[in-house]
Formats: sequence, structure tokens, C-alpha cells
Amino acid sequence: MIKMENIRKVYNTGKVEVEALRNVDLHVKRGDFLTVIGPSGSGKSTLMNIMGCLDKPTSGNYALNGLNIKDMDDNTLSELRNKEIGFVFQNFNLLPYASTYENVEMPLLFAGVSGKIRREKVTSILNKVGLSDRMHHRPNELSGGQKQRVAIARALVNSPNIILADEPTGNLDTQSGAEIMQLFVDLWKEGNTIIMITHDPRAKEYTDNFITITDGTIQA
Amino acid sequence: MIFKNIRMILRELSKQKLRTMLTLFGIFWGTTSVILLLTFGIAVKASTSKTMHGMGEAICVIWSGKTSISYGGFPKGRQLSFYNDDAQYLKDQVPLIGEISPQYSRYDIAVNVGDKKQNFTINAVWPEFQDMRNMVPREGSRFINNLDMENRRRVVFIGNEVEKTMFGDTNSVGKMMLIDGIPYKVIGVIIAKEQDGSYNGRDKYAIFMPTTTYLGIYGDRYVNNLVARAKNVNQTSQMKKAIVEAMAKKYRFAPEDTQALPIWDTTEYDQFLGTFFTGFTIFLGVVGVMTLIVGGIGIANIMYVIVEERTSEIGIKRAIGAKKRVILTQYLIETFVISSVGTIAGFLFARLLIFGINKAHLDDFVGVLILNPTIAILTIIIISSITFIAGWGPAKRASTLDPVVAING
Repeated sequence: MIKMENIRKVYNTGKVEVEALRNVDLHVKRGDFLTVIGPSGSGKSTLMNIMGCLDKPTSGNYALNGLNIKDMDDNTLSELRNKEIGFVFQNFNLLPYASTYENVEMPLLFAGVSGKIRREKVTSILNKVGLSDRMHHRPNELSGGQKQRVAIARALVNSPNIILADEPTGNLDTQSGAEIMQLFVDLWKEGNTIIMITHDPRAKEYTDNFITITDGTIQA
Repeated sequence: MIFKNIRMILRELSKQKLRTMLTLFGIFWGTTSVILLLTFGIAVKASTSKTMHGMGEAICVIWSGKTSISYGGFPKGRQLSFYNDDAQYLKDQVPLIGEISPQYSRYDIAVNVGDKKQNFTINAVWPEFQDMRNMVPREGSRFINNLDMENRRRVVFIGNEVEKTMFGDTNSVGKMMLIDGIPYKVIGVIIAKEQDGSYNGRDKYAIFMPTTTYLGIYGDRYVNNLVARAKNVNQTSQMKKAIVEAMAKKYRFAPEDTQALPIWDTTEYDQFLGTFFTGFTIFLGVVGVMTLIVGGIGIANIMYVIVEERTSEIGIKRAIGAKKRVILTQYLIETFVISSVGTIAGFLFARLLIFGINKAHLDDFVGVLILNPTIAILTIIIISSITFIAGWGPAKRASTLDPVVAING
């Protein structure tokens, strides 16, 4: 499903060139739960941005579902992000003025899904993450764990092939963090493909499939 | 898709009430002030111009003076006087003259109506006087006409203040008044007019009668002054020259002797006014444009800040699959909604204020405010275009932001 070969990413910050990823090769199969562990600054967020089609590699090949993203224009990439990938961020990234329902509905709006189907999908996904009683609350009326559930619901609502989670428990207390981890494990058991980035070594407890990344390279 | 977009935008606008209200208010107030400013300017201009033309437009008032140059055997310092036939003489001699009228005047003449007694200035003129000197009769009344002249009717046209003094608040038309003990019928009353230029006093305090009637009673030999207007007002100075030449021939004074025939040419004043008002109009235009620019910069600034403030929101939307076009359309529609609602509300408020100001009877100071549709439409178009352009740049930038950069704010 994800096939990365020789991925290199260089950032140009003024005069200094920073090599965030060097010659990364990575394969993820459908149904995998892959944890990417690494300290901050190791290049794991860059890796996730490239995997999520938010960013393009400087060199190397990245094929998603057999399609090379190098040749895709912005509209196609937007569609990929919309339909194939579900993002979950460390700081939730919810729209502050929109309710739970509206935040979850947004990817469906961009996908052009009709009103009736939107309502069904949003309601059922909110049921699944246990937020059906928080539908009309705004993010600032929710706890951290609830916010992350909203974000997960938003990531799932378009039934993507891959869920990309960037430190989803990083801003949560231990209790909520554990609950969110459990939610991911449940989702994985239902057959979802999940890639999770974290610097928390305890994440290993939940999955046996993990890679460590340091200084832009994958350590076996 | 567009429809869903609009619904989403309206929802977002209504969710972000404070920001939307502030922007709306900026545009609203900009529109209101520009429209009001220009409307005030135009009203002041119109009211000043009206007052200044109260005495009449483009007329020449001609008096007989003293010669200052010895000529044809006469010493200088000779007092000239106009005779009764001079108006007719000039009309025949100077084809450039459109209208002319002699004016006889007597001051402090006793006027009686019932027990009321008051002294007024009386004037005797031709019917042509009416148009030249802007003597507008009140509805249901009239000025002196040719039949009055032919039949030497004892009729008078009176100033509105004369009527007020002698008849109180009752209508004087058709009633009699005694002037020097002789009865006259009032045929007309001048409408109240603003007049800030005069000779022989203001028209509202004067009484006018036909020259034929006047001469039959008083038998004057000399005319007080003449009033003339050129057929084509652009040829007023040529007409003046021709009048001086004709009179110089008749009364034997040097044609270059300006003191022999003093002429008050109101077109000179009009020219001054014209210059003044050109300046005033330019001033108004500059003020208007400056206000528009200031408003535009303010709006551009707000739009810029809004987009800046919302970069992370744009990043989030891009990350979950919004295309560039969707982001651009959203911001443009938002800008469009805000700018059109703001300008239209500003226009309506300006209308309301203008209505209120007119109701408050400030016309003596600012004239009657009339909302010029061209100004209103132009202001609305200009302000909404500025807003739109001001929104376009940041919106375009927002849509092309790298989602990774945007999402981190």
C-alpha cells in the first residue's frame, strides 16, 4: 500500500541546508499497524507529511496504492488527502468555531457528499468514538481526550485506506492517552491500516510492528 | 458544490461574529461617510450658488456717472443722467442686448393698508425686468405684463416682506394698497428667495409697478438705472462695450471713460464663483478619493489580518482535502458577502441620516441634501471593489500556502 524508495528530503532554511530524511525505504501493507518511534528532530514528522501527501520528497519514489505521487498535481493530491488518508494530529487541529458535528462533517463537504449521507456518516462515526452526546459542543468545551476523538472521527469519516497519526497522545494525560491508544488498536483490529508516529517508547506495548528513526534514517 | 460552499461560508461568518461585525462596520462606516461627505459638499455648493444668483444671473446694472475725461468740448466732471427713452435707444442700437429695462426708484414712500402705515422703496420697471432679476411670483400671482404697461394700470408687484408687514399672514393678491395716497391693486408677491447681492435694497422689501403708470403719476425725466442682459451670456463683455459706445455717442463722453457709465457686471462675479466652485469641487473630489483610499486601506488591512489569522485553519482544511480552488472561492465569497452587505448597509444608513438632517431643517446652513444616485452607486462600486481586491490578494496567497507550513500557523 505504501512503498517508499530512497526518499530524501532537504529543507532550505536560508543558507543552511537541513537534510531531514536520508535514503528512507519503507513498505507498509494493508492492515498493518506501524509505529514510528524517534526523538524530536529525527525526521519523523517530515516522514509523515510525505506519507500524507502534504509534502513532496526532494528525491526518491513514493507510491501510494501503486500510484507515484511525484506526477500528481495539487488537485489530485487534495483528493488523495481527502479520501485515502485520515490525519490525526498531536494538537488536534480542530476548527475552533465549529461544533463537533461540523468538524467531522468537513471532509465530507470537501468530497462533495450529499446532505443525507453526510448526516448518516457523521452520526454513526460519532457513535463509534463515543461522542454522540457532544455533537454540538465546540472544541473549547471538550476535554483533550474528547478533542482527539473528534479528530479521529474526522479522520475516519471518509473511510480512508490509511490513518496517519502524529503523536496522537502527546498532549493527553496518561488515562486519556491510554484510551486513545485503545481506540487505535480497536480500529486496527477492524482492518484499518494505521501509521502512528510517537516519541513515547511505551507505544511499543500496543504493537509489535515498529521502526525507529534517528537523524533522518531508519534503524532496523 | 457552490451552494454547499455558500452555506459553509455563511455558517463560518456567523460563527465568527466579532470579526465579521468589525469588518462589516469598517466597510459600512466607510460607505456612509463617503456618501454623506459628498452629499453635504454638493448641497452646500448648490445652496451657495442659489443664494448668489438671487439677484439674477449674468446681468448688467448700468448707472449714469460723472465724466472723468474732457471730451468733445465738455470739461470733465460732468454729471450724466439717463432719459426715459434710453432703454429703447440701447435696445435699438445694440443688437447684442437680449433684454433691457429701465428702473426708476423712489425711497421712503408712504404705503398704507387700512390702519397700517410703513415706508418702502418703490420701483418702476418693464416686464422684461422679471426674468433678468429673478422675480419669481408666488403661485396664483404674476409680475407686471405688457397689458399693464399699455393701459397704465395701477397695479403693483410686492416683496414678500412688504406683504407680511402690510397684510400680516393674509394673502394680499387682489387687495388694494395706498402708495402716496393713490390706490394700487396687488397683482403679485415675490416668493421668498435667498439674495446676497443687491443695489436699492433687497427685493423682498420693494414694490414694483409699470413704468407707464409711474411716469403718469410722478413724471420723472430721468431713469435711476438700467438693467440689461446679453442674448448670449458669453458675449456680455462685448455687449457692455457696445452699450458704452452707444451711450458715449449719445451723451458725448469718451468711450474709454469708465467713470461716466459705471456698470455692475454680475458675470464677473459668476466667473469668480465659477473658479471658486471648481476649486471646491476639486477639494470635494480629493477628500472623497482620500476617504475612499483610507477606507480601502483599512479594509485591505482587515482582510489581510483575517487571512493571516486563519492560516492554520487553511492548513487544516487543506490537510483534510480542500482543494486550492475551494479555499480561494471560500475567501472570495466571504469577502464578497461582507463587502456587499457592508456597502449596502452603509448606503441605507447614509440615506437615513440624510432624511433625518433634512427633517431637522438645517437648509439655511447646508441646503437641502439630495442623495445623488451616481455618487451612491459609484461609492458602492468603488468600496466593494477595493474590498474585493483587498481580499483577493490574501485569499490567493492563502490558497497557495504550503499546507505543512500553514498548519503550524
